[in-house]
Amino acid sequence: MSRRTVAVFEDDHALLLAVRDARKLGCEISEVLSPHPVHGLDDVMGIRKSRLPWVTLAAGLAGLGLGTWLEYWTSATDWPLNVGGKPFDSFPAFVPVMFELTVLAAGVATFVFVLGRSGLRPGKAVALSEPRTTDDRFALYINHKEGMPSKLELHGLLRGHGALSCREEDF
Amino acid sequence: MTTTSINTERVEAGAHGADSHAGEIPLITGGLTRADVTNNVAGPIEKGMTGRWWAAFAVALTALLIGVVCTWYQIRTGIGTWGLNRTVGWAFDITNFVFWVGIGHAGTLISAVLLLLRQKWRTSINRSAEAMTIFAVMCAGIFPVIHMGRPWLAHWVFPFPNTRGTLWVNFRSPLLWDVFAIGTYFTVSLLFWYLGLIPDLATLRDRASGLRKKILGFFAMGWNGAARTWSRYETACVLLAALATPLVVSVHSVVSTDFATSFVPGWHATVFPPYFVIGAVFSGFAMVLTLMLIARGVMRFENYITMKHIHAMCKVIVFTGSIVGLAYITELFTAWWSGVGYEQFAFKNRMYGPMAWAYWIMFSCNVIVPQFLWFRKVRNSLGAVFLITLLVNVGMWFERFVIIVTSLTRDYLPSSWAGYTPTWIEGGTMLGAFGLFFTLFLIFCRFLPMICMFEVKTVLPPAKGTKGGHH
Repeated sequence: MSRRTVAVFEDDHALLLAVRDARKLGCEISEVLSPHPVHGLDDVMGIRKSRLPWVTLAAGLAGLGLGTWLEYWTSATDWPLNVGGKPFDSFPAFVPVMFELTVLAAGVATFVFVLGRSGLRPGKAVALSEPRTTDDRFALYINHKEGMPSKLELHGLLRGHGALSCREEDF
Repeated sequence: MTTTSINTERVEAGAHGADSHAGEIPLITGGLTRADVTNNVAGPIEKGMTGRWWAAFAVALTALLIGVVCTWYQIRTGIGTWGLNRTVGWAFDITNFVFWVGIGHAGTLISAVLLLLRQKWRTSINRSAEAMTIFAVMCAGIFPVIHMGRPWLAHWVFPFPNTRGTLWVNFRSPLLWDVFAIGTYFTVSLLFWYLGLIPDLATLRDRASGLRKKILGFFAMGWNGAARTWSRYETACVLLAALATPLVVSVHSVVSTDFATSFVPGWHATVFPPYFVIGAVFSGFAMVLTLMLIARGVMRFENYITMKHIHAMCKVIVFTGSIVGLAYITELFTAWWSGVGYEQFAFKNRMYGPMAWAYWIMFSCNVIVPQFLWFRKVRNSLGAVFLITLLVNVGMWFERFVIIVTSLTRDYLPSSWAGYTPTWIEGGTMLGAFGLFFTLFLIFCRFLPMICMFEVKTVLPPAKGTKGGHH
């Protein structure tokens, strides 16, 4: 069983300052829950940029490759047909389908990976210890560990930044 | 955006966006808090719909059923139940197809392009607009399928190994490019829309209980609003927006090549791809505005869909409408400058031939009517704006009708010239498409949050007494 401190805020700006100062004091911020994305939170929390764009690129290239191969193999190799006198390897005519398959693969992969990497899947259960974090409250979770400030100091800091409540809980 | 770097001085000083400048009219009015947004948007869904919703639903469903009956009869009996003939091989079917694909484009523009351009005013309308796109593409997709002589063989448009050779599809045909373009457009739009819904479904889930909570919980995918998740999520939204933007341009360009790659006079023009894409944005925005004006009144969303939003949409409409007008002039100029008699005749036929009435409806609704939106007084009059948006859609339907039918009725060989009269079956099918669209849209309004709650919360003006909001 581990313990953590939960602080609830109603102002996103106050939350940012609290996160920044708590980290300065040596706290480990395990999570921040919010009803909407808070700009600047990534930086104060030290979250690195997502590598999702690389997935999108890779999938797009795979889609492009698949589309190109599909069109060339069916139209120039397997059963070439004379359509309007066009050459069998009619690259300009193949471009629209190549483009669409690129976008389709990239889009589907982006969708699958953003959910997968975030651990989201249909029917996944969630137990929010602060239910209003999907409504109008922000929750800051600090794991208890060696070297972190005392409860008094931490609560003082959080309340000083406008936390509506501070409490400890097991998880 | 989460990827911008913020230094601590800015964080301390209370960095603020444009919304907190003194004197500027806020994007969301009424001094609303985040909790207000949740209650205003989720409340009607939880309370259940009113008599007005049921009345509208009954009308839409009736129209849909008429369409279903007409379509069933037409598939069972044959395309002869339509008014097509050997000369005029496409009419209402393809007019409606292009019309609905065009309507869908505004949704993607609002959610994708305006996201990339950081236009905050899109946050009140993007969810409904994207839903409109999905429903419009569904309506559009019906027509190419039913206009096939043997729609039960529609699966033959997909390239798969088969016992006919293997006979592959013709990748060089715009009609096949349509399959991939519309298919991709529908899939990507659906995924983008659903991804955008997930945080709001979580909000609804956390307010619900019992079976509703279980169902919402299933579709909310365990969303908890964690910062790392939001970070990845915002990146995904920008990526999908960046994919959807060229996609939307490509889709209607591909649809336009159904005509442009032919040699029918009046069709064989290189201006078609940009002309069609801009026309799609034009008609799509008009449809979004029509629906938003209704929704705003019925759902009491005046604080979310404000005059600022309406003015912005009107400006897009007048801008794109002017470009459509420019495209008409370009077509006329090209026909004259080319010296090609057939092309010149095609336009003379449109302007003073037997179907000139359709051309002039198109011209007045698309070129003249939207010009009134240059005037602030007109933009401020919701009744005038509503009427203008309806007329724009009438005009854009007629544009596709004029392009398709007038060019086909009289092309190269006068002995082949023929007229065209629609049948009741075609009219019923068209009515059915509108019925499908509105039925789906009403179901959407009933069960899902029409306004993107979490995005609106990011553009709320800061409450009095707090530091500048950090956007």
